[in-house]
Amino acid sequence: MFIKQITVFIENRAGRLEEVAQVLKENDVNIKSVSLADTSDYGLLRFIVSDYAKAVNVLKEAGFSAMAADVIAVKLTQEVGQLGELLSVLSDVSVNVEYMYGLTSDDQSAFIVLKTSDQNKALEAVKAAGYELYTA
Amino acid sequence: MIWNEARECMSRDEMHNLQSARLKKAVNRVYHNVEPYRKKMQEAGLEPGDITSIEDITKLPFTTKDDLRDNYPFGLFAVPLSEIVRVHASSGTTGKATVVGYTRKDIDVWAECVARCCAMAGLGRNDIIQVAYGYGLFTGGLGGHYGAEHLGATVVPMSVGNTQKLIDMMIDFGATGLMCTPSYLMHIAEVIEEMGVKDKIKLKATLNGAEPWTENMRTQIEERLGIKAHDIYGLSEIMGPGVANDCEYHAGLHVFEDHFYPEIIDPKTFEPVPDGQTGELVITTLTKEGIPMIRYRTKDLTSITHEKCKCGRTTARISRFTGRSDDMLIIRGVNVFPSQVEAALLTVDGITPNYQIVVDRVNHQDTLAINVEVEERFFSDEIKELESLQKKIEHAVHQGIGLNAKIKLVEPKTIERSMGKAVRVIDKRKLV
Repeated sequence: MFIKQITVFIENRAGRLEEVAQVLKENDVNIKSVSLADTSDYGLLRFIVSDYAKAVNVLKEAGFSAMAADVIAVKLTQEVGQLGELLSVLSDVSVNVEYMYGLTSDDQSAFIVLKTSDQNKALEAVKAAGYELYTA
Repeated sequence: MIWNEARECMSRDEMHNLQSARLKKAVNRVYHNVEPYRKKMQEAGLEPGDITSIEDITKLPFTTKDDLRDNYPFGLFAVPLSEIVRVHASSGTTGKATVVGYTRKDIDVWAECVARCCAMAGLGRNDIIQVAYGYGLFTGGLGGHYGAEHLGATVVPMSVGNTQKLIDMMIDFGATGLMCTPSYLMHIAEVIEEMGVKDKIKLKATLNGAEPWTENMRTQIEERLGIKAHDIYGLSEIMGPGVANDCEYHAGLHVFEDHFYPEIIDPKTFEPVPDGQTGELVITTLTKEGIPMIRYRTKDLTSITHEKCKCGRTTARISRFTGRSDDMLIIRGVNVFPSQVEAALLTVDGITPNYQIVVDRVNHQDTLAINVEVEERFFSDEIKELESLQKKIEHAVHQGIGLNAKIKLVEPKTIERSMGKAVRVIDKRKLV
């Protein structure tokens, strides 16, 4: 099952990141995980939040480019080789990882958030391999 | 040195008579050979016989870049193509080029005019002149080349691009003259200084045009290189470089009035303005055969004086240009209308995004950046998608205006609005 991630476009200007966090705080949206991809001129801020629909709305209202996208969050145990194993499951079905980052659930389990070249195929593969998925 | 004293120093009375006679011929030529001109004159209730002296020129309708576009490519030519020996083209307002044609005589007149410019800069048959304007559809390269050859100088056709080679040859050949854009000259000066070869160059004089610069830039470059820099003016619609040029007194640019009749008008009322007052320069070609221009609106803002110059020339002088009466930008010598950029952006996905053109001058070279607001339909959670969007826009802009632009994605609603309307152009070039 997919979960929703929000993506926000921000220019590389001082204070912009803080403004995004401020908007979410003021609207009582909890940030569960965050990742920033940067280029020389702009960055893409990716969040897993408590209420994605609300987050997208309030960010748009505040003038940001924001969107929701489907991602997969796969549970990993704290053992050597776990990530490599997961990635081999994906490469076996010829799926590329576009980006990924970590997420910790309320019960302190570790998850890896994935965006791949074929999300449906990726989802099937990890399910078939017996991985536990994060559900918001 | 004065190249053609008989023409450049003739009395105002003689000039008046020459211009009157030539205008009559020019009007006859276009009336009988160019349908769009004939139609315009007929609509204005004019016949060639109504033009009896140069003063009657104000009766004639104006010609604009739109007329060239509407009659693309050869509709305004006054001679059959068998008489046309060359064409040049510059970018038009909507992507279609503006095409001009020259007869053999037009090429000769052009060479004569550019030779006059070179002579004004103190260059002659014993000089070695490097032409570092682009060779091709742009009039700069070939225009400068033929003029310098007509002068009798030794011409080195460098074109643009390899600055190192240009300087090496400048030193090895002992080049004394150079034609290029002002910003390229600044760049060349910088490289000469970096290489530490200033004492090895024999450069005496330069002719610089095709883009706006200031008196300050001119004197600065003269000091840096120990040369004389001259301002050359022209536009392809009229001929190309060599319509006017400034002499050693730098008291305005002498218009070669025996070939080009200058008027200054108020761009709003179209009425003539008196000498010394700023208005739009309107030029009529008096001798051109290929594509005569009657009262062509250059959209360049300047003022004019008909007083005799200290150099002895009696030709009218136009002052340094103060701007444009339209929104055309000149970037690296290329004419760019914001509407062209808009049309290019439209081709990306059929909708014009909110954009802003930012022109600047960094290290004496023009830079062009286009800020594009990331709207919902462009947006993606993947950087590679945004990068591919940038590349698509870059490509479209290059196709549209022939220049490389840096495409910068910006947040929505961040492009400055003035009275609710987005500010489309920011020109940061400080020409002071």
